[in-house]
Amino acid sequence: MGFIKNLFQSKKRREKAQKYKIGMEKTRQNVFNQLNELLKSGEKIDEDLFEEIEEIFIMADIGVDTVLKLVNHLRQTVEVKNLHDAEDLKEIIVEEMFKRYVQEEIIDTNLNVEDELNVLLFVGVNGVGKTTTIGKVAHLLKNEGKKVMMVAGDTFRAGAINQLKVWSERVGCEFFSKPEGSDPSSVMFDAIHYAKENDIDVLLCDTAGRLQNKQNLMKELEKIHRVIGREIEGAPQETLLVLDATTGQNGLSQAKIFNEVTNLSGVVLTKLDGTAKGGIALAIKETIGIPVKLIGLGEKLADLEYFDIEEYIYGLFSDVI
Amino acid sequence: MAFDQLSDRLQMALRRVRGKARLTENDIDEMMREIRLSLLEADVNFKVVKNFTKEIKEKAKGDKIMKGLNPSQQVVKVVHEELKELLGGETSVFALDKSKRTTIMLCGLQGSGKTTTAGKLAKYLRKQESIKPLLVALDVYRPAAVDQLVTLGKQLDVDVFEKGIDEKPETIAKESLEYADEHGHDVVIFDTAGRLHIDETLMDELRSIKQTLSPDEIFLVLDAMTGQDAVSVAEHFHESLAITGSIITKLDGDTRGGAALSLRKVTDVPIKFMGLGEKLDAFEVFHPERMASRILGMGDVLTLIDKVSENVDEDDMMNMMEKMMSGKFNYNDYLKQLKMIKRMGSLKGIMKLVPGAGKMMKNANVDDKKLVYIETLINGMTNQERKNPDLIKKNSSRRRRIAKGSGRSVAEVNRLIQTLDQQAQAVKKMGSMDPKQLDPNNPLKGMQDMQQPSGKQKKGKGKGKGKGGFRF
Repeated sequence: MGFIKNLFQSKKRREKAQKYKIGMEKTRQNVFNQLNELLKSGEKIDEDLFEEIEEIFIMADIGVDTVLKLVNHLRQTVEVKNLHDAEDLKEIIVEEMFKRYVQEEIIDTNLNVEDELNVLLFVGVNGVGKTTTIGKVAHLLKNEGKKVMMVAGDTFRAGAINQLKVWSERVGCEFFSKPEGSDPSSVMFDAIHYAKENDIDVLLCDTAGRLQNKQNLMKELEKIHRVIGREIEGAPQETLLVLDATTGQNGLSQAKIFNEVTNLSGVVLTKLDGTAKGGIALAIKETIGIPVKLIGLGEKLADLEYFDIEEYIYGLFSDVI
Repeated sequence: MAFDQLSDRLQMALRRVRGKARLTENDIDEMMREIRLSLLEADVNFKVVKNFTKEIKEKAKGDKIMKGLNPSQQVVKVVHEELKELLGGETSVFALDKSKRTTIMLCGLQGSGKTTTAGKLAKYLRKQESIKPLLVALDVYRPAAVDQLVTLGKQLDVDVFEKGIDEKPETIAKESLEYADEHGHDVVIFDTAGRLHIDETLMDELRSIKQTLSPDEIFLVLDAMTGQDAVSVAEHFHESLAITGSIITKLDGDTRGGAALSLRKVTDVPIKFMGLGEKLDAFEVFHPERMASRILGMGDVLTLIDKVSENVDEDDMMNMMEKMMSGKFNYNDYLKQLKMIKRMGSLKGIMKLVPGAGKMMKNANVDDKKLVYIETLINGMTNQERKNPDLIKKNSSRRRRIAKGSGRSVAEVNRLIQTLDQQAQAVKKMGSMDPKQLDPNNPLKGMQDMQQPSGKQKKGKGKGKGKGGFRF
C-alpha cells in the first residue's frame, strides 16, 4: 500500500483531506463501502468481480467509456501480475484512477488571477449553481485581499440579477448590473470599463444558464466571451464550467460543447455535499482534458474548496486503504 | 429530443439482427450487451438496467421469437413494450377534482427547476381546465427566489402569494390558503425551496409543510440530466413525503434522460409532466407510450397531432390544403402557413415528432430565425406581388427591391421563390398520388423533396454510418 500511504504522509495533507472526507461522507458510504466489501482479502478475482467493480464505478457516474477502460486495465494487470486475491486490487484501482486523472501533467487548481484586471467567466446549464458559486469565489478572493466586483450577466431568468445582488451584499463586494433583458455582452462591456476606472482587481461574471444544444444561446455566449477578450487582452483569465455533481453522463456533452464555444479553463463541481459522486468530472478530465478547479460542499459562503485529486480519491477511498 | 442518442444505440444494436430469419444465442447476447451499455450511458440506474436486460433476454430467447417469422421485429416490439412498461405503462392523466380546491406542492433538489415548473403548471392548468391558479412562494432561503416567482406571476398574469423571507414556510402556506379561499382560487401551487434529500432539517421542514397543508398532490421535480443518484434522490423524497407524482425537467437538452426511466421504476409513482424549454408553455403531459417510441426512433406522431389540433384552426387548415391542391398557392398563403407553424412552437421541436425526422434532423441546422427572415421578405412585397407570385419571378428589379427593403440578399429572395414553387409542385404530386404507393417506411419522402430547395435542411450526415461516434 506504499503508493497511497506516501501520498498522505504529511500531517497537513491529512487534515485537509479530512475536510473532503466529511464533505463527501455520503458519497463514500454509498459507493465505496461496497468496493471495500467487495475487495475483501481471500475473495477470488473472476469475471463476476470485474462486473461488480464496473457497476460500482458506473454508479459513481464516472463515464461509461472511462469505466470500461479502467476495468479492462484491471483485467490486464491482474493477468500480467498474476494476482488472485481481490484485496490486491485496491491499490491498483486507486493508483489507476489517479494516473488516469493526472495523465502525467502538473495540474494547477489555483485560479489564474494576476495583478491587472482579471475576468472570471462562469458558464453552465440551468440550475447548476453558477450564482451561488460566484458568491463563494468572491468571498474567497476577497479574503485574499482582492477588490472584487460581481457582474450580473444573467439578464434573462426572472430574479437572477437580484439573486446575485443579495450575494454581493453578503460578501460585501461591488456589484454591476443593467436592467433585465439587456444584451449580456453589453453588460460585460460596460462592467469592464467601470472596473478599469475604479481599480477593480477581479470581475466575476455570471451568465444565464443555457442547455448546450441551444445554438442561439451558445452563440450569445461566444459573443460574451469574444467581447471580454477584445476589451482586455488575455481575458477571460478563467472560464469555469459550473457542473452539478448530480449530473450524469450529460456532463461530458456539457463540457465538450461549452469548451468549443468558450475555451474552458476549469470545472467547478457543485453540490458535492449530497449523495452524488460527481464521477463524471473524472471522465471530463480524461477525455477533454479540463481539470476540476473548485468544489462546492454546501450553501454557506465558506463551503468552497480548491480541488485536489489526491484528496478527492482519498475522500472516496479512505476506508479502503 | 432527449432520448435521441439512446435510440441511436438501440437501433444500432437492433440493426444487427434486422432481416435475420433466426436469432442465435450469440446474437441475443451481443444485442443485450449493446442495450445494457446504451441504457447505462443514458444514466438509467444500473440495477434497473440489469433487470431490464434480463427480462428482454428471457423473452428474446423464448420460443416465440426464435421461431417467429421476423425475429428482429419481435425484438423491437419486446424492447418497446418493456421500455414503455419501465416508463410507467399507461399515461397518467392528471384530472382536477373541480368540486373543491386542489393543492399541489412541488419539491426537489436545488436547481431542478421547481420555480419555473410552478409557473408552467399554473399556465397549463389554467389553459386546460380553465381554473384560477394561485402560486405560493415558500422558498425563503435562495436569494431572490421569491422575486423570481413574482416575476413569473406577472408574466403569466397569475396571482402570487408571498410574505417575503422572514416568516416560516409553514406559516406562509397556512395564510395562503385563507387568501385562496377569499379570492376564489381553485388550484394552489406551492413552490418550496430546493434541498438536498439528505438534509434532515430541511426535509423535516417539508414534512411539516405537508402536515400543515395535507396537499392533494406532492410532485417531485427532477432534472432530466441527473445521473445514477436519481434513484437515491427519489427514494429519499418518496420516503419522507410519499410523493404522488413527478415532473421531469430540461428534457429539451441533449441528455438521454435515463433518470426518468429509473425514477418511475424505483418510486412506482407516475411521471405526470415534462418540461421542454425555458418558455412557459414548453410543458407537456408525460406519455410513457410515446416516450418509448421516441427512444426507439419511431417518432411521436400523437404529440404532433395534439399540437396541431390545439393550435390550428381546422377550417384554416382545410382552406390551405384546398389552395395548395389547386396550385393557386401564393405568398399570402405561405405567410399564413408560417404563422401556423410558429404557433405550434419551434420548428426543430415539431420535426422531432415526425417519425424518421429525428434522424434526418440530427445534424441539420434548423433555425427558427429563417422563418422570421422569410416573413420579412414577404412583408417587403406589394399586395399585387403576394397575390401573383409570377410578378416577382419574372422581374429582377422587383426581386432586388424586395431584398433591399427587407435587408436580406437577392439570393434569399430567389430561394424563397424556388421554395414556393417546389412546395406547390410537391402538394400537387401528393394530391394525385395513389395512397398505395406511399412508402410506409418513409412517410417523409415527400417532405424531404419539398424542403431541400430551401436550403434549410441538409440531410443528416453519414446516415447510418459512423454513428458510433456519439460515444464522445
